[in-house]
Amino acid sequence: MLTRRAALLSAAAAALMLAVSAPAKAADDLKLPRQKVELVAPPFVHAHEQATKQGPKIIEFTLTVEEKKVVIDEKGTTFQAMTFNGSMPGPLMVVHEGDYVEVTLVNPASNSMPHNVDFHSATGALGGAELTLVNPGEQVTLRWKATRTGTFVYHCAPGGPMIPWHVVSGMAGAVMVLPREGLTDGKGKPVKYDRAYYIGEFDLYVPRDEKGNFKAYDSPGESYNDTVEVMKKLTPTHVVFNGKAGALTGKSALTSKVGETVLIVHSQANRDSRPHLIGGHGDHVWETGKFSNAPETGLETWFIRGGSAGAATYKFLQPGIYAYVTHNLIEAVELGATAHFKVEGKWNDDLMTQVKAPSEIPPAKTN
Amino acid sequence: MLIAFKLKLALACVAGLAGPLAVAPLLSDAGIRGGADGTGQAIVEVRAGNVSYRVAGDFTRNGRQAAAPLRHITFQEPLAIMKHQVSSADYQACVDAGACRSLDRGVVIAPDRPAVQVSWHDANAYAGWLSRKTGEHYRLPTDEEWAFAAGSRFSDDGLPVDNDDPSKRWIARYERESERKPGGGDVRAFGSFGINENGLADLAGNVWEWTSTCFTRHRLDDAGETVSARSNCGVRVVQGQHRSYVTDFIRDARAGGCAAGVPPDNLGFRLVREPQSWVSAVAKALHIARG
Repeated sequence: MLTRRAALLSAAAAALMLAVSAPAKAADDLKLPRQKVELVAPPFVHAHEQATKQGPKIIEFTLTVEEKKVVIDEKGTTFQAMTFNGSMPGPLMVVHEGDYVEVTLVNPASNSMPHNVDFHSATGALGGAELTLVNPGEQVTLRWKATRTGTFVYHCAPGGPMIPWHVVSGMAGAVMVLPREGLTDGKGKPVKYDRAYYIGEFDLYVPRDEKGNFKAYDSPGESYNDTVEVMKKLTPTHVVFNGKAGALTGKSALTSKVGETVLIVHSQANRDSRPHLIGGHGDHVWETGKFSNAPETGLETWFIRGGSAGAATYKFLQPGIYAYVTHNLIEAVELGATAHFKVEGKWNDDLMTQVKAPSEIPPAKTN
Repeated sequence: MLIAFKLKLALACVAGLAGPLAVAPLLSDAGIRGGADGTGQAIVEVRAGNVSYRVAGDFTRNGRQAAAPLRHITFQEPLAIMKHQVSSADYQACVDAGACRSLDRGVVIAPDRPAVQVSWHDANAYAGWLSRKTGEHYRLPTDEEWAFAAGSRFSDDGLPVDNDDPSKRWIARYERESERKPGGGDVRAFGSFGINENGLADLAGNVWEWTSTCFTRHRLDDAGETVSARSNCGVRVVQGQHRSYVTDFIRDARAGGCAAGVPPDNLGFRLVREPQSWVSAVAKALHIARG
């Protein structure tokens, strides 16, 4: 294990030497107001303005890498996760177009590996990955300008085979860059939401022992070789929302009310997905997540390309329990990709009614 | 075809709405004896008595959904039922004898751990094998018998029906099922979930138990009596922290099966032993028991 860790560290050291060293900037070179945002764990999203009349700011975030053992299903299967801020996915960061995003990436000494972050929303240096590689016990601060609106994935990308492994171990999250004037339907009409949820989907690849049982490991490094073998078969053992099968069901089900419009941001950093709200729809859907494009409307199922985040709004019209799944139903039911919405409100008979309850099939008429 | 799939899921998920269970206090005081037949499986005798029982299944009245009726049931005879769920080691003996399907990998084989991830068919195969082996008659309990033996561990799942707003019932059921006791799905040693007033162990823990009761849709008259019933015996009642309806060949209900429900953690079972008839008693005495 020590050998493997040493190897991982020396690989990282080589990557560090190759990385371009950028000159450090004075903290106040932009002469813009600063705002520090405390991130919250998904599925929740930190408080933010949907449209803003303020000028551009420097928005400060801190991402702390946490390597930890987590449980990923009801059967108690354990998994050596690598996370941003302890959650899978990492938190959603919301800013407005023209803001500067200033992220401090902390890699505490208690971790075993170097980490970095590639923001799909940022321009240059592999999304910032080249400028952010930090060993355990180090931290780095990166600033990038939010020039494009939309929902974007961020993920760890520490070079070579470390990239896919860190991503499918939990190191991915999303950024939402809102237009300063807020979302619109593409025809000038504002699209607003009453609450926002962030769902991060992960495909996980857990090795099995010779009897077929899932194996447990004491550190990420020890799980690496076996895990890569499973990954290369491209068949995940788990497909989960927010880190665990059932993480967003039961007492942790998402909630809403009839008449409320919910914004659902859905990210998948590695693999395609097809969100579907059983019993509901997507009113306005930015399937590719980019708000400079007009949203599609009235969708049944939408497509999230691996390596992207999409956004959908839906106004609930009927109370009850809804399942939010990826509509590969094998993945939804057998592998874990199901969330539930619990929606309170008044039933609308006009939209649906059970005209006649189940009963015997009447005998065929003989005349 | 997808619609058919969803309908099937919905059917299997129709909530069992069982009702407030005022359990007669005179049920306690059960006689307990263990392993008398050499199987090593302790049997508890629940004394004759009454149970207030919310009927399992789905109910309609005048073509509309109706609440499940509450019935008072009298058990004239004592009920002999296993103190523990069938252990994985006991089940494995049936596997070794070639009469039962192997347990899934990952199920711990031990004399003090329940056999879990077993289907209704597996449970019946075991009951048949055990009966042949011992000359006794073992079978799954009915839902009524399970409720009677479970006593205070049987939770009434009765819910009012609001025909103007079906969602109220779904949400109420979902919230109730979400009130799952903490502890997760890991199988524990016998006794970890306590003993009820009748001497039965681990009822309503994290193992749901198969019963022989079929999923049935009842048509009620105005007085609440069943005037006709249609059963689907491909779906059986399972009992535990909440009543659930599971397709008989399913071994692991945890993946769901319900698009929007809370599934059982583990599927296991315990058996009822029928009182011996004088014929079988004589046969056993003469060592010519069946099988």
